[in-house]
Amino acid sequence: MARMKFLCDADRCIECNACVTACKNEHEVPWGINRRRVVTINDGKPGERSVSMACMHCTDAPCAAVCPVNCFYTTADGVVLHSKDLCIGCGYCFYACPFGAPQYPKVGNFGSRGKMDKCTFCAGGPEADGSREEYEKYGANRLAEGKLPLCAEMCSTKSLLAGDGEIIAQIYKERVMKRGYGSGAWGWKTAYHETIES
Amino acid sequence: MASFGRFIRLAVGACAFLLVIAASAPCIAQQVNPTASSVKEQQLLQELNRIQGRVSIPDQRSGVLEQPAGRDWREFHNVTLRWIGGIAILGIIAVMVIFYLTRGMVRLESGRSGRTIVRFTAFERFVHWMTATCFIVLAISGLNITFGRPLLLPLIGFEAFSEWSQWAKYAHIYLSFPFTIGVVLIFLMWIAGNIPNKVDVDWLKRGGGIVGHDHPPAYRFNAGQKAIYWIVVLGGGAVAVTGYALMFPFYLSGIEGMQLAQVVHSIVAVLFIAAMLAHIYIGTVGMEGAFEAMGTGEVDLNWAREHHSLWVEEEQAKGQAPSGGTPKAMPAE
Repeated sequence: MARMKFLCDADRCIECNACVTACKNEHEVPWGINRRRVVTINDGKPGERSVSMACMHCTDAPCAAVCPVNCFYTTADGVVLHSKDLCIGCGYCFYACPFGAPQYPKVGNFGSRGKMDKCTFCAGGPEADGSREEYEKYGANRLAEGKLPLCAEMCSTKSLLAGDGEIIAQIYKERVMKRGYGSGAWGWKTAYHETIES
Repeated sequence: MASFGRFIRLAVGACAFLLVIAASAPCIAQQVNPTASSVKEQQLLQELNRIQGRVSIPDQRSGVLEQPAGRDWREFHNVTLRWIGGIAILGIIAVMVIFYLTRGMVRLESGRSGRTIVRFTAFERFVHWMTATCFIVLAISGLNITFGRPLLLPLIGFEAFSEWSQWAKYAHIYLSFPFTIGVVLIFLMWIAGNIPNKVDVDWLKRGGGIVGHDHPPAYRFNAGQKAIYWIVVLGGGAVAVTGYALMFPFYLSGIEGMQLAQVVHSIVAVLFIAAMLAHIYIGTVGMEGAFEAMGTGEVDLNWAREHHSLWVEEEQAKGQAPSGGTPKAMPAE
């Protein structure tokens, strides 16, 4: 079985934000919520790097561990998903998440958090694959159609890789070998407790 | 000779070519390794334990790329807090049970006089019970967030537990407002009687309240009640401030501030709950005649004399309490 992971090759990311736009469009993500974003570090200075980041679908996911209602589950592909029917919008997964992935629509009074929303690795939710309910709550289920996440599929510089962890790690390693440098797989150590030696 | 001249030209040309290569070498090396000056993930994490940058989307808070501190918070929430809360709450319950079994209800030594003195006005009792009711709901819904998943969820299942927790969350949010108002009113209306003074030192030394068998003098509030007052005022203030920081995310602080707020909120809250359990114990089964103070608002004169002798004297001096010795000595009314 595959273990799905994301890998952003920061040496190739040109901060075009197309992954952000593709994600918003594919899943009809509501206004104010971004399942994916591009962060530029040391902007305008020598050594500047941009990293596209979303939920990393961690091993031993912190969000799942702290959730008071236990609404998270990990699929056979290693994708961390959650049930919006069970979520109570307490905000705890956001405190625990190392990558700032969980987002809450502002509903009701006092800025009360609505049901949490995050990247699903284009794998929908607990509802039947490809059903209307699933699409309305979680967006498209590309994985069920045999496709990989759209953000990575349409990345113009192929900076963002999504797929089986071993395969994308191999692709990255070959790149680093060929060009002779690489600033590493951002977030891997935190998310997967491993890194890609290059 | 012609061939020698050609050799010289070739040698000079080769030297010149090598010179050009050598001169451009640093430039090529820079292009070959563009990561030499680039930001390094592990280095940034070691320096600040977080990585932050600029985002071009409107949500500027998403500029925090990585914050592994979330794992420390996870450890606190899933392990440390459950130990602190479990020990504090089960510990105080154990102490109360042992105390009740050995000491029982602290009785009125001189019996009831049949005459009463006003201890709390209707407004004071209203504020007390408003705060108390809110506190109980806030405590149960708060404990549910920390202990519900291991204790209650396996019993009632995912759907029912989620439904209950959703309502508990709404109750926790909305009742925080009357609770906060209650804490502020308690602070204002009882501050005058709750400034610690010399009488309290003597009261504590002689083991007043339910601990000892002595009845050291006390004004309207004895040292034990003053302690409860300050626990409510300071503890209530702390949970209110940190609670609102969590309820309005990003208004007061970023994510690190909210993690800290949750840590303070939950630790103060479980200790607060433990203290209030003790308060409820003394106010009900722990001491005879105590509940009436917050029930009808009037306490028996003998109860007041035993526990708040100086206060009774004050009230009598003001003419607001029945004066004289025992009721038997009083002339017919």
